[in-house]
Amino acid sequence: MEPSVITEFTPWASLAGGVLIGLSALAVMVLFGRIAGISGITTGAIMNASSDWLWRIVFIVGLVAAPVVLKLFNLEFLGEGTSYPSTVSSNYVGMALAGLLVGVGTVFGSGCTSGHGVCGLGRLSARSLVAVVSFMLSAAITVAVIRHVL
Amino acid sequence: MSFKQNVLIGLAALLCGLVFGVGLVVSGMANPAKVLNFLDVLGHWDASLAFVMGGAVMVTLVGYKLFGSLSKPILLPSFELPTRQDIDKPLLIGAVLFGMGWGIGGYCPGPAWAALSAMAPGTLVFLVAMLVGMACATIAKKRLT
Repeated sequence: MEPSVITEFTPWASLAGGVLIGLSALAVMVLFGRIAGISGITTGAIMNASSDWLWRIVFIVGLVAAPVVLKLFNLEFLGEGTSYPSTVSSNYVGMALAGLLVGVGTVFGSGCTSGHGVCGLGRLSARSLVAVVSFMLSAAITVAVIRHVL
Repeated sequence: MSFKQNVLIGLAALLCGLVFGVGLVVSGMANPAKVLNFLDVLGHWDASLAFVMGGAVMVTLVGYKLFGSLSKPILLPSFELPTRQDIDKPLLIGAVLFGMGWGIGGYCPGPAWAALSAMAPGTLVFLVAMLVGMACATIAKKRLT
C-alpha cells in the first residue's frame, strides 16, 4: 500500500529474536501445557471465560509491555535496525481490511504464524505444515500483486 | 485453584509474554516494513525473517522432544493440545485469508500486540479490526458446526 522502504538484511538479530520466541513457546508448553499461538490466545482471551483466561490475558499484557520494558531498561538498541524505526501504513481502509482478514482467517484456519509456525512445525504437525505453506504463499502473492501488478 | 497458584500462573504468563514480545521486537517481526520486504520476493527481498522462524522452530523442535515425557504441565492440571490430523477446507481457506491480511498490513497477531505501545494509528485500526474479525468468526464457526 505504501511505497516500500528498503530494510537491511539482519540475520543475527532475527535469529536471536527467533530463539527468544521459541524459548517462550517452549516455556508455555512446559508451564501451561498449551500451544503459544497468539491468535488462539487472543481469541480465547476475548471470547471465553474458562480457567485459561488468566494466563492468556496476562500473556498478552506481557506482549504489549515488551517494548515499554525495553525502553525502561535502556535496551531499545536491541531492536535498532529491525523493529525501530518501524513503518506502519497509514492507509486505514487497508489496515482495517488486513485486520479483519487476519482475525477471520486465523479463527477458521485454527492458528497463525506462531501457533502453526513456531509451535505446529516444532510438533511436526502435518496440518500446521499445510497451513504455513498456504499462508506464506498467499501472503507472498498478495504482496506481489499489490507491489508489482496494481 | 488457590490464590498463590493464580499469582504464580500470572507471573509466569507475564514473563512468557515479555520474552515473546522482546523476541518479536528484536527480530524485526514487529516492523511491517521488514515483514512486507520478506514477503516481497520479486522486489528488495529481505530474507531476515526466515531466520526468525528458523531460530524459533529449532528451539521448539528440540525442546518439545526434551520435555515430551512430562505427564502434566507444571502450572496447570493437564496438557491441552490439538490432536487433529486432517486437512480440511476451513484450514486451507482460513490460512489463505490470513495470508492475504498479513500481506496487506504486514502484521500477524503477535507483532500487532507488540507494536501497540508505539500507538501508530494504523496499528490501532488493525488491532480493532482483528479483534472484531476474531469475535465474528468465532460466533460464525460455532453456528456452522
